[in-house]
Parts: sequence; C-alpha cells; structure tokens
Amino acid sequence: MKPSSHAFAENARRALHDATLQQALAKAGVGFVDKRRGAIAGLPEFEALREAGRAIKDHSLANLDHYLARFEQQVTAGGGQVHWAETPAQACAAVLDICQQAGARMIAKGKSMVGEEIAVNDALEAAGYEVVETDLGEYIIQIAHEPPSHIIAPAVHKTRGQIAALFEALHHRPGLTRPLETVPQIVDEARQILRDKFLAADVGITGANFLIAETGSTVIVTNEGNGDLSATLPRVHIVLASIEKAVPTLEDASVLLRLLARSATGQEITSYTTFFTGPRRADDLDGPEEFHVVLVDNGRSQMLGGAYHEMLRCIRCGACLNHCPVYGAVGGHAYGWVYPGPMGAVLTPLMVGLKEGRPLPNASTLCGRCEAVCPMSIPLPKMLREHRRREFVQGLTPPRGRWALAAWAYGARRPWLYRKLGRWMVAMLKLMSGGRGRFRSLPFAGAWTAARDLPAPQGGTFMDQWQRRKHHG
Amino acid sequence: MRIALFVSCLVDLYRPSVGFAAVKLLEGLGAEVVVPEGQTCCGQPAFNSGDLAAARDLARPLIDTLAGFEHVVVPSGSCAGMLVKYYPELFAHEPEWLAKARTLARHSRELSAFLAEHGAVIDARHAGRVAMHDSCSSRRELNVLAEPRRLLNAVAGLEQVDIPEAETCCGFGGTFCVKYPDISARMVSDKAEAVINSGADTLVSGDMGCLLNIAGRLKRMESPVRVYHIAELLAGMTDAPGIGEGER
Ligand code: SF4
Repeated sequence: MKPSSHAFAENARRALHDATLQQALAKAGVGFVDKRRGAIAGLPEFEALREAGRAIKDHSLANLDHYLARFEQQVTAGGGQVHWAETPAQACAAVLDICQQAGARMIAKGKSMVGEEIAVNDALEAAGYEVVETDLGEYIIQIAHEPPSHIIAPAVHKTRGQIAALFEALHHRPGLTRPLETVPQIVDEARQILRDKFLAADVGITGANFLIAETGSTVIVTNEGNGDLSATLPRVHIVLASIEKAVPTLEDASVLLRLLARSATGQEITSYTTFFTGPRRADDLDGPEEFHVVLVDNGRSQMLGGAYHEMLRCIRCGACLNHCPVYGAVGGHAYGWVYPGPMGAVLTPLMVGLKEGRPLPNASTLCGRCEAVCPMSIPLPKMLREHRRREFVQGLTPPRGRWALAAWAYGARRPWLYRKLGRWMVAMLKLMSGGRGRFRSLPFAGAWTAARDLPAPQGGTFMDQWQRRKHHG
Repeated sequence: MRIALFVSCLVDLYRPSVGFAAVKLLEGLGAEVVVPEGQTCCGQPAFNSGDLAAARDLARPLIDTLAGFEHVVVPSGSCAGMLVKYYPELFAHEPEWLAKARTLARHSRELSAFLAEHGAVIDARHAGRVAMHDSCSSRRELNVLAEPRRLLNAVAGLEQVDIPEAETCCGFGGTFCVKYPDISARMVSDKAEAVINSGADTLVSGDMGCLLNIAGRLKRMESPVRVYHIAELLAGMTDAPGIGEGER
C-alpha cells in the first residue's frame, strides 16, 4: 500500500466532512470505550495483570533471540517450517514460494496486520492467485477495495447500509438470504459465500497474536472462527507473524490473552482462541499437511534497545485507537498507511520513513489517554515526542513553525525583551478588542478563529502589575 | 512558609487576575509569596515541538530562578507537569542539571493540589452550578483530580456538576490547535457541548490553555456559560468579567 501519511491534514479534513464516516465513527467509538470500561471494572486485579503482562513482554524482548530460536526448533521438531524474512519483499517471496510449491490456486486468508504491512495480498494477486479474506470485516474492505481503518475492526468505518449495498452489488446468486436489512442477514450472506471459498482453498494464511517458544505453537484469536477454518481446511497453512510476538510459555500467553480481550473488545476472552502446533499428525482427523511460519522483521530488530524499544510490547489490542480523540474524529484511513491511531503514529514513521510519516506524530495533543489505557503501558506520547525531536534535528519541521518557535525562544531567554514585547502585544490586543473581551476573527489567527472566538487579554501583564503592587503596596 | 509563584506565560500575558488570585489564596495559608523576577516561559512549546536544545536553554535559567525555594507553586497543570515530569527527562544526560531539575521537581506543585494539601480555608461564595474541567496534564501527568473538587466543595452556595466524557481532551494541545485546526475545532466543539450538557452555569479549570480554548468555543456558540480559572473562583473574584467576556 502506497502511504499517504504525508497528506494527513487533507485526509483528515475530508474525513471530518464525510457525514457517513462520522456516523460510523460516532457509533463505534462509544461502544468500544464503554465495553472496555465494563470489562476492567469487572476485574479488580486488572492493574496487577497489566504489570504481569508488561513483565512478560519485557523479558521476552530482552531475550528475543533465544525465544525465537527455541520457537523455530520446536516448530521444526513438530514437522513445520520457519522462514525468516528481513524485509516485506522477502516475506512475500517466501509466501509465494510456498504457494507455488503447493500448486495452489485459491488462498483463504484470515486477518493479519503483518499481512497488510507486507502487502501480501497484492503480491499474491499479482502472481495470479485468488485471495479471499475470511474475516467478515476484512472481506468487506476487500470487496470495497479499501485498506483497514482499525487494527481489530477493519471495516469499522462502514455503516450497515454501505455494507448491504456492497453485498447486493457483488453477490448475484440465487438462494442467498435477502433482503439485507439486519446485521444477522448480512452475516448470513457472507457466511454462505465464504463457506464455499474455505472448501475450495488450497492454502490458508493466518496471522498470529503470539508465538509460544516452549511448544512451537502460534496463537490466534478471532470472534468468527474464520481463523480456524482458514488454517485447518486447506492443505497448507501459512502463519504470518512479526518477530516481537514470541513469548516463552503457554502460561505467559494466557496472561496476555486476558489483557488483550479486555482491552480490545471488553470481552473476558475472545470467542475463538486457537493454538496451532505443526501440521496434521498421523492420528489427527484433520488439519493441514504443511505448516509454515513466516517470521517478519521489517525494522523491528532495529527498534530493539533503542528509543522505540517499548513499542515492541504492543499486542495490537486497539485500545489506544478507541480512546484517541484524534482517531475518533478522523478515523483510520486519514493516517494514510496500515497502522492508525497513536500506535500507528509511532510505527508508521519507523516503517515508511519520517519524511512520509511526519504529520502523524504531530497530529496529537499529547493528552496521554492512549498511554493510560494501553494494557502494555507503552509511553506512546513520549515516543511521539521522540519522532518530533528527530524531525526537528533532521530539519523536516516546516519553516513557519521553526521560525515562530525560534523567535519565541529568543524572546523568552531575555526577560527584559520578553516583558517589553509581552506588554506591547497585550496592549495591542486589548486595544483591538475594543472592550468586547474577545475576537471573532483576527489576522494571523484564522486557524484559531475559524471555529471559536479568541478571548482577549485582560490588559496589562501580571509581572508589571506585581511590580507596581510591590512598590506602591 | 515562603512560596515562589511561577505564574506561567498565559497567566502573565492573558489573565493577570489569576496570578493575583493565586497570591491571595497562598497568602491565606499564612505564607509569604515571592514572584521571582527572571521567570518567563517553562519551555514546553519547544519541548513538545522537538527542539530540545531550546527547551533546555529555557529550562536552565528557570531552574536557577526557582532554586532555593521550599515551595514552587504553579497555577497551571501543564506547566507544573513540565517542571515535575519533563525537566528531569530533559536533563537525563547532564548529571549536574539533572540533580537541580530533580530538586525543583520535588518542590513544585500545581496550585489546587498545593492548596488542598496545605489545608487552605476557602472563604468564597458562588451561587450556581460549577463544572470542573481537568486538563490532561493535571489528570494524567500529575494525577490531580480530587483536590480541586475538595476545594470547590468549600465554596458557599456552589453545586458541582460533572462533565460527561470528562477524560477526553479539549483539543487545545499547545501548537496542535493551530497545526491541525479542523481536528482541534471538532474536539473543542464536543467538549463545549459536553460542558453545556452538564448543566453548569460556570466552568472552571486549572489551565489557561484549556480555558481559552473552551471559552472561545462556548462564546462562538453563544452559550451563557461563564468561564474562570479555578483560582479566581476560590478567591471570590468572579464579579469581574469571565474569560472572553466584555467589560460591563
Ligand atoms: S499501543 Fe497499547 S493500546 Fe495501542 S494497540 Fe498496542 S497494546 Fe494496544
């Protein structure tokens, strides 16, 4: 996916004026927040769990090489195969290779953000494979030819009406449930269409929420069970996973799963939690003949030990998106690449470059709510600031902002000058306000006054008035 | 008790009465209030814009100016947060300044928290329904939530009401409000509606940034809700025009 993060401001403006999108966002936002609140209220030891989860991730990351090596060993011992990919291109090549060797034609795909990151669908389609997304949300955006707008609810930007219209236009086939007025009707129709695809697929690709080193298992959570079908019906199962997903034990994964479900959807546990350990064994009744894990780095090993190290704790729960007032106002597409919201504003500049991604870390009030709700206590605002620092050092900050800041800092370092300028500015504004106490518009303040008045200063500065009071009692 | 008041640039330039209200409240504790001369700006705009060199250049003289005071009080959660939380971060690699920054951080407090902790006796009347807006810095950096409410409770005639979705940012965000005006406008509109829905006739907060922002939007919506810094209300200074109001 070609990033359009550099155009965030325009994307955002468009999103703010899109009435249908605003309707969808308003509905989703409150729902997520309330559900998480409820789930956490119901678990008094949530903070302790959060601490434990963080410790597990910190330990796993500190020993990542060890746990990844152990994971590979166990996968191999179980009859599977691990493929290491440093770049998205290498990852796609590995997937294409497996598909070709399997003589595949159709591929059933479960939701995978790493898949989005490496654009595996584009690579597969370019090579002539038919790819069907089996997660309902992913399926909807696939047929709409759009990228996901949320990391756990990819089609959250679509209204029910829009989805029904998409289905009606695409699924011409007798025997389908019609009309499409309710959510169950829509789900039912998708299910009928997708069932056939599962059965016809030669290869199933899924993501992974965790990789378990001690057993060589990959874990996936879904609420639709599509991950299980994608993995077990086709002959070949490919798991796409990024390297930071490795944890030592099943026990560790279960702590993180409890945090994930509550933070993401407010569930105690996701409807389907599946552990895949190798291909079908001799006495298994079903399962794939081949089991492959493609481990994607894509810049993560560079993050280890650096300023963005803690971002690797992220379990992709989406809580930071759901509680972000900027995400809530503009939705995910405005961010212009795969990962939106606060976590996206940290990851995108790292993965597509600061030059392309620089608006994202700036499009934040640093209100800190993301960090407050993050189950992994990731200091997201601190990392947004770190991006801004790099942007400034590399001279990528737009000149106007740079100059304004330099002028302000110059004045503020010289108290006598600062007082003089302050006195003058306050007097001017006070005079111009004509005693009305506010401005409806003001030259150079158009950004502020487009939607709000600018209160006028009271008149005089505190420092001057204080001096006077001191001297005249 | 000697207290240094770091008045913050917005109070200095925009609303001196907040500074005088703070002085009055602190003197009410029986303290001597000093306003050190060299103070200007804490450097937060530079810090948040990635210009750490400029932020340090502004922080150093302020650290020196405020050094030696047992108490430094700031009528702003966001500037207090800068002193308490970010100065030590800013000098993480300069041991000498780090020590000074840590000392300042230990001695610095946001005004309402300081007043509540020192058992301030509030002698003010305000008949009406008052909503308290917590700045994100007060709420999440300093964890100051109960203190202002406790103080407001002591104001005669005052009824406190809660703002729905109180945890959501008002959309000010320093330079954010001019860098992304459309998004900021949307956020402040939501906040102003929430304030109106709370049923309050007066809005207070401990941060001038949020106050200018929300008051500006309320005025644009022609809302009659009056807006003051919490210090003004606690000091019984709400007879003067509120933020964004003309002289009467
Ligand atoms: S940064 Fe935290 S809140 Fe956001 S998706 Fe990752 S784990 Fe969840």
